[in-house]
This record gives sequence, structure tokens and C-alpha cells, in this order.
Amino acid sequence: MILGKVVGTVWATRKDEELVGSKLLIVKHVDLDYKLKDTFVVAVDTVQAGVGDVVLIATGSSARQTVATKNKPVDAVIMAVVDKIDVAD
Amino acid sequence: MFFAKVIGTVWATRKDENLKSFKLQFIQPLNSKREKTGTPIVAVDTVGAGPGETVIYITAREAVIPLPVEMAPVDVSIVGIVDKIDLKMT
Repeated sequence: MILGKVVGTVWATRKDEELVGSKLLIVKHVDLDYKLKDTFVVAVDTVQAGVGDVVLIATGSSARQTVATKNKPVDAVIMAVVDKIDVAD
Repeated sequence: MFFAKVIGTVWATRKDENLKSFKLQFIQPLNSKREKTGTPIVAVDTVGAGPGETVIYITAREAVIPLPVEMAPVDVSIVGIVDKIDLKMT
């Protein structure tokens, strides 16, 4: 999983039928100090994350391993909201 | 499978239902010389690794296999703690 920060929401009326009802968020990658990197990903939210939250994103076919995204055309999913990280190195 | 060093822990109260009881660790991927390579990633720990330990991790869809759950959105998991590496570079 990779660390990211939710910076926005995507509205898309015309989309794959399986995606109707999924909340799409723009997540910018961050480093261990929560500093924003240049890269981002659009991810389906499964944990009621909101703008400003630091989150974990699972990508690839692992992103389909949730109740909300099973068998859906999804390759990035927000699966945790980070409370705190404790890094020694 | 790849090598990494455990560098920290992640606390996340709100997470996927199937991940409630698992520990999430920050790991720094290592190359064959045990030097840092790439950026740190978060892995589900299934073997009880601690900070500073060198571990073996797996990625992608396979990463959920060590977990005793039907499905979980996991793309990195720690599957072993390295005691020793014997390597002969020819």
C-alpha cells in the first residue's frame, strides 16, 4: 500500500455502470513527512475518507478485494485512513 | 518476493473490515546488497516483524493469500523474517 493525501473529488456522470455509486477521490502521493509529491491517483473510497485525510491506497487487482469494489473496473482503492505513522528510520 | 527493512508502524482505526486485526508496517525495500532502493511502502505484517528487521515481502494480488480472510484490499504483505542471507556473486 502507498501513503497519500486526499486533495479532491471527481464527479463523473457518464461512467461504467459498475462504478455508479462509487466515490472517486483524487489522492496525491505523500512522503513520510506527509509532504505532497507531484504524482496522484484517482481511487475509489471504501472507508468514508474526506479531503485532507491521509490514507492508504491499494492498487492493481488487489483493489477489487473489497465488498464495495468486487468485480468492478477499479485499480486503486482507499482502504484505510491513517491516524498516525511512527517511523524510526 | 523482495527484501525490505521494517522502518515503522502505521495506525489506522478506520480501515477495511477484513483488516481490523492486522498490523500495518512501513517497510523500506532493499536491493541485493541490502541497500535502500525505492520509496517506503506499507505492508500487512503476518509474521510479527519488528522495526529494524529485514523481511521478505510479496506484492500484488498474491499478498492477500497469507491472511486468514476471504478477501482484503492488500497489495503488499510481509511473509518472512530474514535470519541470514548467503550470497555468492560470481
